Amino acid sequence: MANLRIEHLHKRYGATAVLNDVNLKIEDGEFVVLVGPSGCGKSTLLRMIAGLDGASGGDIHIADKLVNTLAPADRGIAMVFQSYALYPHMNVRKNMTFGLKFTGVPPAERERRVTEAARMLRLDELLGRYPRDLSGGQRQRVAIGRAIVREPAVFLFDEPLSNLDAALRVSTRVEIANLHRMLKSTIVYVTHDQVEAMTLADRIVVMNKGCIEQVGRPLDLYYAPANLFVAGFIGSPAMNFFEAKVAGVEGACARVDGPGFRSFDLPATSLKMGDTLTVGVRPEHLARREDGSFTVEGVVELVERLGESSFAYVRRADDRLFVAEVRGRQTPTPGERVALAAANRDVHVFDSSGLRVSSPTNT
Amino acid sequence: MTTEQRARSLGVHVVLIAYSLLAVGPILLVVMNSFKMRNAIFGSPLAPPDAATFSLIGYEKVFRSSHILTYYSNSLIVTLVSMALVLLFGAMAAWALTEYRFRGSTALALFLSIGIMVPIRLGSVAILNMMRSAGLNDTLTALILVYVAQGLPMSIFILSEFIQQIPKDLRDAARCDGVPETRIFFEVVAPLLRPAIATVAVFTIVPIWNDLWFPLILTSSDSTHTVTLGVQQFLGQYITDWNSVLAALSMAILPVVIIYVILSRQLIAGLTSGAVK
Ligand SMILES: Nc1ncnc2c1ncn2[C@@H]1O[C@H](COP(=O)(O)OP(=O)(O)OP(=O)(O)O)[C@@H](O)[C@H]1O
Ligand SMILES: [Mg+2]
Repeated sequence: MANLRIEHLHKRYGATAVLNDVNLKIEDGEFVVLVGPSGCGKSTLLRMIAGLDGASGGDIHIADKLVNTLAPADRGIAMVFQSYALYPHMNVRKNMTFGLKFTGVPPAERERRVTEAARMLRLDELLGRYPRDLSGGQRQRVAIGRAIVREPAVFLFDEPLSNLDAALRVSTRVEIANLHRMLKSTIVYVTHDQVEAMTLADRIVVMNKGCIEQVGRPLDLYYAPANLFVAGFIGSPAMNFFEAKVAGVEGACARVDGPGFRSFDLPATSLKMGDTLTVGVRPEHLARREDGSFTVEGVVELVERLGESSFAYVRRADDRLFVAEVRGRQTPTPGERVALAAANRDVHVFDSSGLRVSSPTNT
Repeated sequence: MTTEQRARSLGVHVVLIAYSLLAVGPILLVVMNSFKMRNAIFGSPLAPPDAATFSLIGYEKVFRSSHILTYYSNSLIVTLVSMALVLLFGAMAAWALTEYRFRGSTALALFLSIGIMVPIRLGSVAILNMMRSAGLNDTLTALILVYVAQGLPMSIFILSEFIQQIPKDLRDAARCDGVPETRIFFEVVAPLLRPAIATVAVFTIVPIWNDLWFPLILTSSDSTHTVTLGVQQFLGQYITDWNSVLAALSMAILPVVIIYVILSRQLIAGLTSGAVK
């Protein structure tokens, strides 16, 4: 069990900066998920925490100890790789105990840990098998088992489920959540999958181009994204964005206007007349309703029916498309003219630098 | 199978069988004739030995009149020790050159690859002088040193290629597990290199076993001669004892064939299956 502190971490490969001034504090026992587009530096960050890559600058503390110069094995971490990285010429038991030999764990203790991990991961029957004789899901469990027997302070997972099929991914996800509940250890987990991130994380770290965009609890990121990037990245299908301008300022209220939607008031002190803004609304928050302050109109072009809900692609007057999620059996028909509205708190306004301003209030 | 496919596969087989005959034919001829009487060797060289022509006279002469067993053990010692050293140093150097970036690593790799292109025999005179001044003249050690130098460049080259194919995650996983670097090499990487090591072993052994040049210039006494050199004493300028030559040659071929049969099983790749994804 340990906390993890990353301060001003930098990583450069030659001239290209891969990580830029990353600061992150992870509490003891916390499950933190790193998400971000491909190539944003998630794996690099994880490998640096593990000690597999050196830093170009900055400090990493694990359990309040500076580990910058420590070898991976001395940092109290265990890593689970996307490719599993099982030793192909060793059976499952040997795979799990191999590393323990070198870290001074006595044989009886090794045996106890393997038995314990095997029970937890339902690997008892497989201990004598070789990796090539295991299914993908079983290999994944062995890889996790190999991490567990090290009894690390911090678990590092790099996209552990991305090689599994959809059904297995769901069940393994639940297992990992259970595991975290049982072991109560600190976990840093990299994934591409939003559902994994939202369901597993105590806190999510959204990264972009080597920088941290926002750190927060899953629902905070969803309901109050700090900036345009996070707003567009979290949620599926992605948030709709509408260009807007400040059309007038009256006291502490700014009037927001733009093509395709009805203008509304925003409590904003710092905005000036003529400022460009971006208004974001999630597809699932648009509905046929009367009370919303934000209303957008258009002609339905295409409807994707998923069963419980449908996605309507609507073309606005200014010829831009947006998406709305419609629940229930009453799906709109293509060609139909619709007006869709969102509640105040579901309307996100971002200024020209992409930072969140506020949501409109009821007027 | 369509007729066209069948015809093509037939063609391929004809070519391969013809090639095999061409390659195996001379060996078969040598072995066959080594069991025949002198007259029969020249009378009907292509006939297998029968009751009338069968004779072990060649083998008798070889064992009686020469130090064949000494030659044999010399060849075995030189070949096996050289092979072991080439494989050990080759694999270690290949690992170091592919896995670690250090000052001069590129230069070192280049230097080693020069050995592939420049035949070591060009340096015969220098080697001879060197061995003489080091007091290694007429020793098996001299031969072993030369053969290790001869075999290393190619083995490093081949093994580097194979090491690069071993998933990087595997080494990283071992590092996270706390396995020391030397143990990563010997217990994680080396076992996965088995097919490659078998390949390199075959490539290393055959030229060493068959080499005539270096035993000729580096060894002078019967106690250090190798089989290939020993056979030469039956080839006279005026008379050649064909029975003995063929018998000695047959015996010289045997170990290479055995080693090849053993190692060729290892050549089957696919050992890494199941490691990743
Ligand atoms: N050895 C290297 N040399 C140069 N650039 C590298 C090296 N390793 C990684 N990079 C670069 O660093 C960036 C971040 O890579 P990283 O693997 O951390 O991305 P990621 O967020 O894990 O992406 P993905 O989601 O696709 O796994 C990439 O742009 C990559 O090209
Ligand atoms: Mg990655």
